[in-house]
Amino acid sequence: MSLESAATTAAPVARPNAPPKMQGDKVGVFYGEKQALFDVDLKIEQFNVTSLIGPSGCGKSTFLRSLNRMNDTIDGCRVVGKITLDKDDIYDPSIDVVELRARVGMVFQKPNPFPKSIYENVAYGPKIHGIARNKADLDEIVHSSLRRAGLWNEVKDRLNEPGTGLSGGQQQRLCIARAIATKPEVLLMDEPCSALDPIATAVIEELIDELRENFTIVIVTHSMQQAARVSQKTAFFHLGKLIEEGKTEDIFTNPRNKQTQDYITGRIG
Amino acid sequence: MTDAALPHAAVDTAAPAKRDFGLKRRHAAEFRFRLYGIVAIVIGLGFLAILLVSIVSKGYTAFVQTSITVPVEFSASIIDKDNERATNPRVLVSANYPIVARNAVAKALGVSIDDKAAMRDIAKFVSDGSRSTLREIVLADPSVIGTTRNVTLLAAADIDSANKGQIDLTVPQDKRKVSDQQVAWLDQLKQQGAISTPFNWGLLTFGASSRPETAGLGVALVGSLYMMAIVLLCALPIGVAASIYLEEFAKKNRFTDFIEVNINNLAAVPSIVYGLLGLAVFINFFGMPRSAPIVGGLVLTLMTLPTIIIATRAALRAVPPSIRSAALGIGASRMQMVFDHVLPLATPGILTGTIIGLARALGETAPLLLIGMVAFVADRPTSPLDPATALPVQIYMWANEAERAFVERTQGAVLVLLIFLALMNIAAILLRRRFERRW
Repeated sequence: MSLESAATTAAPVARPNAPPKMQGDKVGVFYGEKQALFDVDLKIEQFNVTSLIGPSGCGKSTFLRSLNRMNDTIDGCRVVGKITLDKDDIYDPSIDVVELRARVGMVFQKPNPFPKSIYENVAYGPKIHGIARNKADLDEIVHSSLRRAGLWNEVKDRLNEPGTGLSGGQQQRLCIARAIATKPEVLLMDEPCSALDPIATAVIEELIDELRENFTIVIVTHSMQQAARVSQKTAFFHLGKLIEEGKTEDIFTNPRNKQTQDYITGRIG
Repeated sequence: MTDAALPHAAVDTAAPAKRDFGLKRRHAAEFRFRLYGIVAIVIGLGFLAILLVSIVSKGYTAFVQTSITVPVEFSASIIDKDNERATNPRVLVSANYPIVARNAVAKALGVSIDDKAAMRDIAKFVSDGSRSTLREIVLADPSVIGTTRNVTLLAAADIDSANKGQIDLTVPQDKRKVSDQQVAWLDQLKQQGAISTPFNWGLLTFGASSRPETAGLGVALVGSLYMMAIVLLCALPIGVAASIYLEEFAKKNRFTDFIEVNINNLAAVPSIVYGLLGLAVFINFFGMPRSAPIVGGLVLTLMTLPTIIIATRAALRAVPPSIRSAALGIGASRMQMVFDHVLPLATPGILTGTIIGLARALGETAPLLLIGMVAFVADRPTSPLDPATALPVQIYMWANEAERAFVERTQGAVLVLLIFLALMNIAAILLRRRFERRW
């Protein structure tokens, strides 16, 4: 598939000496008394796609959700260690979670458009953050976001129809358009294709590869093929611990760790 | 043994032995269950039908009122015998209008006004309410004095009952409330075309009265209306705000659990207890007026709050969490999440819960008895601070009256209350449809 080759042959764009966009330092997450994540050290490079893989319950989604503090919404959830965004500690009391989430956007596993019009869906973020100065500005943001999410041609004539009336794949692209409309710096994707058919999945994967030019992307996926196709860096989690991380081709062709090898060859998980 | 010796091939080709899945038993059980369901529904509908038929058949006659249209001579010698109305307008208010009405009816019947016995019967033939009818005509236009004009007067309640065929005329005369003479007069007036049975607007406009024909739901309707407005204005904002806070903002801990348990308990508290609370707090402590819709409304607010809070919390909880994640994920604050996304989706449920709570409050009697809304109030209240009654309380009071005409009025009032409840439920359904259809 051209898609696959395009992704895997593309050299990582990261400037070798650029500081990481986000960095986790001994990150641990507790749900009540139970620790779900242990001492994760992970660098997220700018303008790269970092994929988090591992069996169910390994803590990869937990780690992803701690990157924009979505874990805060869960009662009894506690994060220890340090996560930085451009060297700022995002758990510092001076950080406003609203601003953080405007800078670190998120796309969820199940497409979750608002039960409002397609236009309203995309325009909501820019509206609440005051990104658009006037209606023309807002129109421009909505149109360009839909275009970049590859949805424009399919919805340009029905922007006022409900977003919930779209197909699953279209809904997920609408959610991506909604996420990028607030112009985040980092985009978190939590298994964005798990509810989609292979064709819609291929479209989204292509989209992720294009979005990499402007956004730093972290994606959680259950599909190792997908991780291999879209990401430049891969991190393997198991039982709440980060087992191995590195360049995607290294992880998949030459894993250093026995557990990683077992997982990618299908022996555990 | 021979079975076991059968070759395998024979077993494979033979039709598989019929297995017993107990299908017959299961189908029979299902059939029985459906039958029970149908029987239950039929019994329920049957009772409902009996209730409605009984109320409607007893109550529909309350919506018409026997009236007598006769030429009335506004005789100056009776109304203003000293001709002092120019200097003392009070005479027109206190004039002896019943005599005017009796004389008019006597004239129409050809009875001499000097026949004292017949005049006593006539006095019981025309409603005493004709006093206010005639007074209003004279006060509106004093020039009517000295002239004669056709006026429609209310018949007395017993005559009204007789006209509606509700009085058994086979009973000996001295054991019934209507004399043979009065029945004969009724027939005579009917033949003259003087008797009519127009729609009884008085039932909906008059205040309390000891005479059934001039007793109406006017005060009760206004009182109930004020109370519903107060309940809506107080209970909806407080209830929705409390629910949003508990459901979307409050941390789940022992304290919120405690509040939740207590809200559920409050919903089950007998309403008369709320009446005692209202009496102690609003009337005795805050010194609010007795019998006033403002107190009734506040008591019913307390009673309705748990219902609204429970309905609102259920509606909020029914909004999928993914919507909340979506809003928070693009950086909406909690308040923006609630007001832009969660609340619009919960609106149909909230409205339904509110209207059902209001409907319950509309039919509530016990707490109102304790705060003195069971009262004889003849004048319609002009503000929620004036004394008033409420629809169910009026029904309760009328049900205690002895006259035949109050029986039909009681049922008529029940019908009015049921119509209002039905309208509110229809409104709830329409609102829900309207908001749900948006997407």
